[in-house]
Order: sequence, then structure tokens, then C-alpha cells
Amino acid sequence: MSHHFPALLVIAPLLSAFFISGAGWLNRRFCLPLAVASLGVAGLSALSLFWRVVQQGPVLYRLGGWDPPWGIAYAVDFLNAPVLVLICIVALLNLWASHRQVEEQFKEKTGAFYTLYVLMVTGLLGITVTGDAFNLYVLLEIASLSGYGLIAMGEDRAPLATLNYVYMGTIGACFYLLGIGYLYIVTGSLNMADIARILPGLYENKAVLTALIICLVGLWLKMAFFPLHVWLPNAYTFAPVPSAALIAPLMTKVMVYVMIRLMLTVFTPGYVFSTLGINDAVVWFAVIAIVMGAILALGQRDLKKMISYIIVAEVGYMVGGAWLGNRAGMTGAILHIINDALMTLCLFLAVAAITYRMKSYTFSSLKGLIRKMPFTMGAFILGGLSIIGVPPTCGFFSKWYLITGALQAGHYGFMAALLFSSLVNVVLFFRIIEIGFFEPFNEGHGHGEHGPEPMNEAPLSILVPLWIVALGLVVVGVYTSEIITHVLQFAIPKAIL
Amino acid sequence: MSGIVATIIAKYNYWIYICLMMIGLYAMITKRNLIKKIVGMNIFQTAIILFYVSIGAKRGGTIPIIEHAHGGQSHAVEAVHYINPLPHVLMLTAIVVAVATLGVALALAIRIYNRYRTLEEDEILSRIRGS
Repeated sequence: MSHHFPALLVIAPLLSAFFISGAGWLNRRFCLPLAVASLGVAGLSALSLFWRVVQQGPVLYRLGGWDPPWGIAYAVDFLNAPVLVLICIVALLNLWASHRQVEEQFKEKTGAFYTLYVLMVTGLLGITVTGDAFNLYVLLEIASLSGYGLIAMGEDRAPLATLNYVYMGTIGACFYLLGIGYLYIVTGSLNMADIARILPGLYENKAVLTALIICLVGLWLKMAFFPLHVWLPNAYTFAPVPSAALIAPLMTKVMVYVMIRLMLTVFTPGYVFSTLGINDAVVWFAVIAIVMGAILALGQRDLKKMISYIIVAEVGYMVGGAWLGNRAGMTGAILHIINDALMTLCLFLAVAAITYRMKSYTFSSLKGLIRKMPFTMGAFILGGLSIIGVPPTCGFFSKWYLITGALQAGHYGFMAALLFSSLVNVVLFFRIIEIGFFEPFNEGHGHGEHGPEPMNEAPLSILVPLWIVALGLVVVGVYTSEIITHVLQFAIPKAIL
Repeated sequence: MSGIVATIIAKYNYWIYICLMMIGLYAMITKRNLIKKIVGMNIFQTAIILFYVSIGAKRGGTIPIIEHAHGGQSHAVEAVHYINPLPHVLMLTAIVVAVATLGVALALAIRIYNRYRTLEEDEILSRIRGS
């Protein structure tokens, strides 16, 4: 049984999607247990795979028993094992936190929501685990299409925002497909390891260069890298909070993972960093992304949009770190995939708690919230500190590696952008703390009461997962060096110094 | 001049796919009507499907079904005689994806129409600003 875990990762949520949509018709009470059970199975598989990779090294699984260049291979190694565990943890925690909201908000559409939810997780896990370039495209579209559905279930303007996301997302996925087509013409293979084996003799070929550029543009569209980010803020803002808290932490980060996978495994670092000579240009793009993301975040007047623009800046961190071309930068980028997913989840779960009580997420509704919802705001501030990069939290460590990488590469522009965005984040989060301390003017009440409003905390079903994530930020931060020495350092090929 | 023409004719399948792709992209960028944009998106996807289909084709190749029944005379198979079926099989999946994307996009267009009673993007935006 245990050697089938890589397949089980994808199959358990995929099959459960059928049963959940059936249960949605028959009896809505069964939807949530089914979703939890399937994601639990996937999570246990991911954990045991992670453990096996740490103990014994990479795992290769042949789907249907076909050997790799012909059949589809699922490969779990030091790079994707932590991402798999991350996806399962984020999905399960968000399910725990949002199930009450889902049932109150969607009512007869609960079954549909959970179906799309597990399908989205299926897609993300599949993208991460697969070792086949075309299979990745199919799973990418599974994740995207269910993501469109999840976002479109939101408020008034959600369908229009989703439609813009559909246009951009489709162009992105098609560009990736086109790039894979060029690679297929040149190498005649779709298996990532096989392509990497054939490519070295073909580095001078213009088609390989075209393939890389087209794939990268497609992935940048999908991950909202700065000039291509226009779909993201509206889509994440108008999405219902339970969907946003799944998609925002995972979708962009998994796309960054795919980019790093292409750079390290398919095109190999030697080609990407030495032969090509575009890394400096890409890092400058990342600098622009970070600066613009930070500036645009400053101009926002509601929480979800502000966090969305912070995500745009964070994507810049990861892309820049990966393209610095040295070990520290790459470590920082991979570490930041994990950290940023947890930080974004923390912020979005706090937003979920706030919207659950206040029915609004604009800055003006935050007045007096620190006294009213101290535990929620505590976790929110902890997430904010991590985004700023204050030492015990994990955000500090990935930023530290990124800055070290920038120094080693002599890329001071990137370093300056990182520091600038940290400063802007300080302003952003302290502004929220300031608003949170002010008492509201009690305009609407009319009772003439001037005492502080009573504590009105979010239910425990949101608070407990929120605090698990918030404390997780500190735990991951404290154990950063263990994560790097036991896992991440093996994910980066020795060719990168 | 004749060199360019010869290049274009020799690789006409690539030129066709690029033209189709650009038509799709142009429609998605410049058109203000949501349905026209969706049509543009579909042309864009179809262009890539045609690109894949064309790279599997071979001059003088036939469909890759090998005929040697039990007891019949078996013969060596030469790959040159058969078109490459793999890109075609891949495109079956891509067609399904394209249809699904089209379905999602049209469903969204219906929801937008029900809400704003128009499919013109600038009218929708002015209505959002107005309300």
C-alpha cells in the first residue's frame, strides 16, 4: 500500500469529488466529512512520502506500471515533498476554519463548494507531484478551472473579476503548453528527467530558448509576476473568504514551485544561469515587482486588496531569489514558498474571522477591533510581523537568505527592494494596529453608551486553526536551520554554489 | 524576397498557428464585448491545438495502426511510414480543457449579464462606478 502513496495523493481527493457532489444532492451533512477524509488521506500520504524522502532519498512512482519515458512518472524529491505537505496542511486548516462560514453562506451550494475545493487541491497536489511536463499542464488546468469556480461564488463583482482571471489564466496555461510543445519538437519527450537528459546537446538550439521563454511568460502570468499581475487583486478581493484563503496561499506559490522545477530539473541550472545570461534582467523585473507591489499595497483601503498586493510583492521576492543564481538566493526562494503560504493563510484566516463578525473587511470596520477581537488581531499582527520579517517568525529567515543571496551576487538593487518592501510592510501593518486601537464613535447605536464595546470574538472553529498557523509561523522560523540542513539543501543541485 | 517566401511556404503550419494565435490575442485585448473576448480566447486555444496536431503529421504518413493479425504475415514496422500519434492524443486532453474553459467563461458571462443586463465591458464598468 505504502508504495502507492504518490498516486493516492491525487486519486483520493479526485474520487472524493464525485462522492461529495453526489452527497450535495442527497444529504449535505456528508459533504464536509468526505472532504476532510479525502484530504486527510492525501495529507497522510504526503507526510509519509516526506518522511521516506528524508530517510531514503527521492521516490519514483510509475503510474500504471509504465516505465518513465513512455508512461507518466510521479517523482517525489527534496524539492516537492515539503510543498506537498504544505498544500495538505493549508487545505485542511482552511477547511477547519471555514466550514461554518461555508454552510451559512452557500447553503444549497455547499456540495458544489466542497467539490471544487477538493478538485482544486487535487490539481495543486498533482502539479507538485508529477514528473511529466504535459501531465503538469492538465493538472494546472484542473486547479485553475476549479479555482475560477471557487472565486466566482463570491460577492457581486466576483463573476467579472473571475472572467478577467479566466482570460489571463488561459493565456498563461496556453503559453506553458506551447513551450512544452517546442520542447517536445526538439527532444521528442515529455518526461522531465528525460528532457533534462536529452537537452545538454541542444543548448545552442533556438527552439530550446523559445521554449524556456514561452514557458516562463506563461508561468509568470499564472503567478501574477508584476506587469502580469492585473487579474490577481480583484479576483482575490471579490472571492468568498473561504476560497480566497485556499487560493491565495497556494496558487501563486505552487506556480513559483513549477518555475523552480523547470529551472532546476528540466532546463538545468547550467543552461539557465550560464548559457542564457538573462538572470540579471529577470532579477531587475523582480525588483520592479517588489517596489510596485509595495507601493500599490500602500494605496489600498481594505484588508483583502492590501494583502493581494502584498502577495504581488512576495512573488517578486521568490522570482528574484530564484534567479539570483546562487545557493543562498535559491534556498531563500524555496523557503519563502513555504513561509509565504503560511503567512498568507494566517492573514486570510484572520480576515475570515473579522468578516465573520464585522461583515466587512474595509479599514474603517477595523476600528476598536483590538479590544473587541483581541485573539484574532493578535494572530493577524503575528502574521504581519512575519511578513515584515521580525526575527523569531519565519518571514525573517527567508528574507535573510534572500538578502544574503543578493549580497553574494552583488545585486544591490534587489537588496534595496527587499529592504524597501519591509519598510512599507511596517507602515502597512502598524497603520492597521493604529486603526485597531481607536474606539469607534458609536454612531449607529444611539444608546449614548461611551464605554468600550464588549469582547465579541470569532468562534473557536476559526480561532483555533488561526492560532495554529500563527504559532506555526514561529515554529517554522525556529526550526529553519533544521529544515534547510535536512531537506532543502538537497533540493538544490550541486552545480549552484 | 524569394528566400522569405520559400521559408514561409516550407513552414506554413507554424505561420498559420501564429496568425491564429495573434488573432485570438488581438480579440482578447482590444474587443470590449465579453463574448467576443471569449471567442478570441477560444481561437487562441485552438491555434495551439492546431500547432500540436501539425507537428505530428508527416508527408506520406498513414494512421498509426499496425496490421498484423494472428497468423498473418508479420512485417517490420518503420516509424517513417506512420504519423506521430502522441501529439494528437495529447490534444484530445487539450480539447477537453478548452471546452471546459469555454463552458466556465460562458457561464460567467451569463451571470454577468443577469446582474448588469449588458455584455459591453465599458457599460458594466460605468455601472459599477455609478452604483
